[in-house]
Amino acid sequence: MSPNFGGKMKVLLLVAHPALERSRMNRRLLDAVSALKGVTCHDLYEQYPDLGIDVKREQELLLAHDAVVFQSPFYWYSTPAILKEWQDLVLTHGWAYGAGGTALAGKVTFNALTTGGPAASYTASGHNRFSVRALLAPYEATAHLCGMRFLAPFVVHGVLRFRRDEDYDGPCHAYQRVIEALTQDRLDLDIAASLLQLDPEAGAIIRAPQEATEGRAF
Amino acid sequence: MHGNVLAQAFVYLLAAVISVPIARRLGLGSVLGYLLAGVGLGPAVMGLVGQEGQDVMHFAEFGVVMMLFLVGLELRPSLLWRLRKPILGLGGLQVLATGAALAGVAMAAGLTFRMALAVGLTLSLSSTAIVLQSLGEKGLLKSEGGQGAFSVLLFQDIAVIPMLAAFPLLAAAVPGPVVDAAARGASPPGWQKALVVLGAVVGIVVAGRFLMRPVFRFLAETRLREIFTAAALTLVIGIALLMQAVGLSPALGTFVAGVVLAESEYRHQLESDIEPFKGLLLGVFFIAVGASIDFPLIASMPVTIAGMVVVLVVVKMLVLLALAVLFGLDRRSAFLLAFALAQGGEFAFVLVSFALQSGVFTGEVAGPVVAVVALSMLITPLLLMLFERVVIPRLAVPVTKRPHDAIEGHDGAVIIAGFGRFGQITGRMLRASGFSTTVLDEDPAMVDVLRRVGLEVYYGDASRLDLLHAAGCARARLFVVAVDDHDKAMEIIHTVRHNFPNLPLVARARGRTQFYGMRQAGVTTVVRETFASAVDAGEAALKALGFRAHQAKRLARAFRQQDEGAIEKLVALWGKDEKLYFAAAREALAESERLLRGEDTTVLHAAAGWDNEALRADLESRG
Repeated sequence: MSPNFGGKMKVLLLVAHPALERSRMNRRLLDAVSALKGVTCHDLYEQYPDLGIDVKREQELLLAHDAVVFQSPFYWYSTPAILKEWQDLVLTHGWAYGAGGTALAGKVTFNALTTGGPAASYTASGHNRFSVRALLAPYEATAHLCGMRFLAPFVVHGVLRFRRDEDYDGPCHAYQRVIEALTQDRLDLDIAASLLQLDPEAGAIIRAPQEATEGRAF
Repeated sequence: MHGNVLAQAFVYLLAAVISVPIARRLGLGSVLGYLLAGVGLGPAVMGLVGQEGQDVMHFAEFGVVMMLFLVGLELRPSLLWRLRKPILGLGGLQVLATGAALAGVAMAAGLTFRMALAVGLTLSLSSTAIVLQSLGEKGLLKSEGGQGAFSVLLFQDIAVIPMLAAFPLLAAAVPGPVVDAAARGASPPGWQKALVVLGAVVGIVVAGRFLMRPVFRFLAETRLREIFTAAALTLVIGIALLMQAVGLSPALGTFVAGVVLAESEYRHQLESDIEPFKGLLLGVFFIAVGASIDFPLIASMPVTIAGMVVVLVVVKMLVLLALAVLFGLDRRSAFLLAFALAQGGEFAFVLVSFALQSGVFTGEVAGPVVAVVALSMLITPLLLMLFERVVIPRLAVPVTKRPHDAIEGHDGAVIIAGFGRFGQITGRMLRASGFSTTVLDEDPAMVDVLRRVGLEVYYGDASRLDLLHAAGCARARLFVVAVDDHDKAMEIIHTVRHNFPNLPLVARARGRTQFYGMRQAGVTTVVRETFASAVDAGEAALKALGFRAHQAKRLARAFRQQDEGAIEKLVALWGKDEKLYFAAAREALAESERLLRGEDTTVLHAAAGWDNEALRADLESRG
C-alpha cells in the first residue's frame, strides 16, 4: 500500500524559526535529529534572511527527498511567515499541482510544532477551540492537492511552562524516535495519517527494526 | 670623515631630514628638497660630499631600480598591453624627434655629426625618478597626462639599451674603443645584443612565474617578516646584478620582474617591503645629483650653460606638445606631459660616462652636458609648480568651453546629473526598469567613454538653467543629483528647486554634513553615499561574529531605521543651536545602542512576538 521506499527514506527537514538564537525547544529538537542518517536540515531563515527564496533550489531539494517535515513554532495557530512564503513560491502550478504537477506525488509530509499552551487547550471544549491537526487544515489541503501523504503533526505542547532541562528531554527523545523511524521506513504511514498527533508511544505506529527488514522481502 | 660609511650615512640622512620637510612645507615637493640638500652638501657650499659623490651615485641608482620594480608591480600585463600604443608611438617618437632636434642644435653649435647625435640621444631621455616621484606625490600618475608620461619614460628606459650598444659604433673613427665588458655594457653586434635582451627578459619571466612564487610561499610560511624583506631585496639586487652582467639596464630587468609578479598574491607584501628602501635610496640618489652639480664649471661659462638648459627644456617641451596633439591628448594632459618630461634623465649620466669611455665624447662636451642635465633636473619641480599654478588655471577656462551638447527632442522621465560611480548605478537601475533617462555629466572624458559603451549621456553643466530646460526639466518626473562636487550639487539643487518647484529631487550626499545641507535646501530624499554599504558591512560583520543571518538582517534593519529617523530630527537642529544639536546627536547614539542590544524590544522588529517573555511571566504568575 505504501510506496516502496526500499526500507530507507530521505527526509528534508524545513526549519522555520525567525529567532532560533532565542529558541529553547526548537533548537533542542533540531539538535536531536540533525545528525540522523538520511536527514537533511534546511534552515529557511538562515538561508533566506530577507525572504528571497530560491525557488529552483527548493524544488531540487524536494525532488531529492522522500519526506518533508516542516519544523517550526506554532504562531497564531499557524507557522511562521517564511513557510507561507515558501509555499506560495515553491509549490508552483504545473510542478506541484495542476496539469502535469506531480513532482511531489507520493511523498510524505507532516508538521513538527511547538505550542505555548497545554495539550488540553487544543480541544473543542478547550481554550483554543480546535485541535492542532484541525488548525493545520491548510497544510492538509495543500498536501492533498499535491498528492502527498499527510501525517498527523508532531506537537510539543506547553513549552512556555518548561523550566528544567528534563522538561525538554522527553519531547526531544520522542521526536528523534519518530524521525528515525521515518528515515528507516519503519513508520506505519496509515496509522500515522489517521491519528490526531504523532506519538511514538501510540500503538503500532513504529514497527520494530527486524519487522521492517522482513517487510522489505515482499 | 670621508670614507667613513656611518658618517656619510649620517650626513645624507640628516640633510634629507632637514631639507625635505621644509621643501614640502613650502609646497616644493620632496624631490626639490633632496636636490637642494645635495647642493648644500656638495663642494660648492659645504663641501661635505666630495669626489665620493660619484660612488654614492652608483649605489643610489638602486633607488631607481627599486622604483621600476615597484612600478612593474603596479602594472598588470593587461594594462601594459593597453599602453602599447603610447609606449611605442608616443615614447618612440619622443626619443627620435627630440634626439634629432637636439642633435641639430648641437651640430649648429659646431659639434661633429657623431658627437651631436650622441648628445641628442643622451639628452632626449628624461628622469624617471624625478617624474614618477613628483607625479605620484601630486596624484597625477593615473591621469591621462600621467599615463602618457609613464609610457614615454618606459620607452626611454628600454631605449637606453640600444643606445649603449650604438655609442661605440658612433666612435668608429676612434680606433679600438675601450669597452669594459664587466661594467655598464659590452657591445656585441646588434642581433646578438637583441638575443641577450630577449633571453634575459624571457629568463626573468619564466623564473618569476615558476620559481619565485613557490619560493615566496615557502618564505611567507616561515612568518618571519624580515626574511621576506630580505628575499625581496635579494630578488631586486640579484636581478640588477644579472642585468649588469649581461650589459642590460638593471631598471628594465627589475621592471620586468615586477610585471611578472604583479599578478601574484605577494604583490602587496613585496610592495610594502621594498617601498621604504626605494624612498630612501631615491632620496640619496637625488642628493647625489644635487651634490654632483659642477658649480665651478657653470660659473666659468654661466651664459652658455643657462642657454643650453633653456634650449633643452624648450625643445623637449615643443616636441612633447606636438606629439601630444598628434596623439589626441587633451590640452591639460598635453601641457602636463610637456612640463613633466622637459628635463634630462639620470641615464644621461650613465650614457655620458660610457660615451667618454668609448671615445664618442671629449671632456669639453661631457662636462657641460652633465651640468645641463643636473640643472634641468633641479628645475623640474619648479616647472611642475609652474604647471599647477599658472598653466592649469589658464587652461581651466578653455577646457570648460567645450560647447555643451545639444539635447534635441529628448524627454527623459528622469534627469540624472552626474554619471560617475554613483549615478551610473542609479541610472542603470532606472533604465533597466523601463524609465527613459537623460544624463548630464561635466567630465568630457567620462561622457566619451559612456557613449562608447552605448549610453546616452550629454556633456554639460547641470546647474545652468538653459541646459535644464533643454534636458526637459519642465516635463520630467524626477531629478536625480549624483555629482561628486558638493558645491556643484547644491548649485544644481537650488536652480532646480527655484525654477521647477514641483519636480521631485533625489540627491546623493557624501556624508552627514552634506545630508543636512541638502535636506535644508528642500530635497525630499537624500541618500548618504556610503551609509547603505556600511550597514551591509556591519551586517556581514555580525554574521562573521556568529550571529544568525536573519538576526543580523533584523539588527541591520533596526539600525538603519533608527539612524534614518534620528538624522531627520537632527536636520532641524543643524546649523542652529550647537549645544542642542550635540545633545540630540548623543541621545541618538545612545538610542541605537539600547535598540540593538534588545533593551527596547518594541522597536526591534517582532522579536517579542517570536519569543513572548511577557506571556511566559503571565503563565508563571498563574503557577
